[in-house]
Amino acid sequence: MPPPDVLTPLTVVVGEEELLVARAVSAVVRAARARNPDTEVSELDGGALQAGDLVEVFSPSLFGDERVVVLRAAQDLSKETAAEVLAYAADPVPEICLVALHAGGAKSKALLTALVGAGARRVEAAKVTKASERRDLLRMELRGDGRQVSEDAVTALLDAIGNDLRELCSAAGQLLSDTEGPITPEVVGRYHRGRAESSGFAIADKAVDGDLAGALELVRWGQSTGLAPVLVTSALANTLRSVALVASAGRQPVNALAGQLGMPPWKVEKTQRQARGWRPEGLSVALQAVAAADGDVKGGATDAAYAVERALLAVVQARGAAR
Amino acid sequence: MSVFDDLVGQEAVVEQLTAAVGAAAQAVAGGQGAGMTHAWLFTGPPGSGRSVAARAFAAALQCPDRGCGHCSSCHQALSGTHPDVAVVVPEGLHLSIADAREVIGRSARAPTRGRWQVTLIEDADRMEERTSNTLLKAVEEPPPHSVLLLCAPSVDDLLPTIRSRCRLVPLRSPAASAVAQVLIDRHGVDPAMASFAARAAQGHIGRARRLATDEEARRERRDVLALPRSLGNVGQALVAAKDLVDAAKEEADKLAGTRDLAEKEALSTALGGGATGKGYTGSAPKGGAGALKELEKRQKSRGTRTQRDALDRALIDLAAFYRDVLALQLGTGAVPVHADLSDQATTIARGSAPESTLHRIDAVLDCRTAIEGNVAPQLAVEAMALALRTG
Repeated sequence: MPPPDVLTPLTVVVGEEELLVARAVSAVVRAARARNPDTEVSELDGGALQAGDLVEVFSPSLFGDERVVVLRAAQDLSKETAAEVLAYAADPVPEICLVALHAGGAKSKALLTALVGAGARRVEAAKVTKASERRDLLRMELRGDGRQVSEDAVTALLDAIGNDLRELCSAAGQLLSDTEGPITPEVVGRYHRGRAESSGFAIADKAVDGDLAGALELVRWGQSTGLAPVLVTSALANTLRSVALVASAGRQPVNALAGQLGMPPWKVEKTQRQARGWRPEGLSVALQAVAAADGDVKGGATDAAYAVERALLAVVQARGAAR
Repeated sequence: MSVFDDLVGQEAVVEQLTAAVGAAAQAVAGGQGAGMTHAWLFTGPPGSGRSVAARAFAAALQCPDRGCGHCSSCHQALSGTHPDVAVVVPEGLHLSIADAREVIGRSARAPTRGRWQVTLIEDADRMEERTSNTLLKAVEEPPPHSVLLLCAPSVDDLLPTIRSRCRLVPLRSPAASAVAQVLIDRHGVDPAMASFAARAAQGHIGRARRLATDEEARRERRDVLALPRSLGNVGQALVAAKDLVDAAKEEADKLAGTRDLAEKEALSTALGGGATGKGYTGSAPKGGAGALKELEKRQKSRGTRTQRDALDRALIDLAAFYRDVLALQLGTGAVPVHADLSDQATTIARGSAPESTLHRIDAVLDCRTAIEGNVAPQLAVEAMALALRTG
């Protein structure tokens, strides 16, 4: 799969996402080995290099051996060694592929720009933090073979595996090699089931919507994956507080409310929907129950998990009772 | 004149301490000194003068003339510069084990002036259990000449192992009239204002002084006591709760803003930051960042505590307001704490039953417990405001 132009004499990989960095490095190594199986790979640590070490590494070999040099933590290079790297970059040896790994960020940014200026191929490997980015990456991964992938299947896989990129990509690779035809939620369901992670806010939303079973299910999933009970009570408090503020603000245009309450408009709309099921008295009871639970999970009760479940029950009951 | 003059309305305590000082003087002179002991626990409600009493006692122990109040020894002890009197004031949320170890090490030294080696711990209730256990050794097997003075709101705030080895000095809330008299005599406050401030502060002398002399403090108190009137609907109750928490936070930030920055600058100067001249590279020396981080951690802990203290004061004022309401409902004829708000109290008293007033007082006190138990302050105050609304 690697395109042939991977074998440039200079490559910089920018970013800290381990998986992407490892992939970029192994793409170069694979391509080099495909051209010449005897290619030698050496790794250097930027922080540990002394001035002069690089002269030896970069000197052309007597027998014209091909080599891949991986320079890790290039941002930690000292001023002298960085100058040596740049001097080499101006006149690279054709048998050597230098792969410099830079963490991104402001440290040694000059080195990075200079390397790119000298004609280095730049590979992005920035940390994947947003859910949507993770989703894009997974989708690309599944479509890599030209397979059809439904959006629901991507969701199902994300739910089942969680947020770890390495695990997501290996699960995707497994799915691609084990199955044929389009990838649908059913195909994913055959191999992966359940839910790896659940957030406090997802639980709070279920409870505020009156879905006790759904909320309890999420809480149990969360407990098994180490979701701190404090996050659940604080998310519950936050959601209920928003509902109470929106509910008592009365009928007003969304944008006016957003300004008045300091919430983004989409949140106002969502909260207005949630507020429809609530009466003021119910909200009052629910918030007090959550406050009691917050004390319980912070050491007031012996069993924090039970305290959270009881709070969820109280919230759902408060919603129903005051209707 | 005597060092005990600063104690307001605590005649029994002064008598007890004076007797002990007499016995201590005997012991110093080589006598038996029965009636003096090595560990003392000063208890009493906030503002009753626990630390004032403890400091005065320390001064009297060091003074050759049993606490005359005008010799250099007394001055040094009262102003905190006496070599044989160490005062430990926990500024953060807790008193750390490291602090306790320092206290132990210090108390083992022989007194430089040959009388007593006094260590005073203000807010001993801020010792965690493990800190108390560290300190226990010094209380259990005291070195000769060592005297440990602990201050705490009540005996229950300390481990039984500690308090059983201390002699108790119970201070009481001084009467409002005594506090008012002090305000008039020492601070030249106008009698009407003095009597208002003394009652509103509920025996807390420092607070009474602030209320009597500082318009800002009076305004803050009025804002807090406006809460019972702003509980119209659930949304308003939440907004009122937020205002209360924000006011406490603002007060803490204001205090931190001036103090934290000055401390940080002093430390970075001590570490050589900003220095010029030969040999200075201009960058902070190695290890300096760690010290700065440690300072920031301490400042954060202190900020949290200031905020909690401010909130706690507000809650006490609120509880007293509902106490006034209850007194009106039951017709006890008790003197109201917040005399200036009797109109409001009357309105609420007419509009509700004594039962719901009791529920409301409980809600306020529960909120104090909750905040002490680390519940998010905003959530705790919201729950209280909602409970106050429904009664």
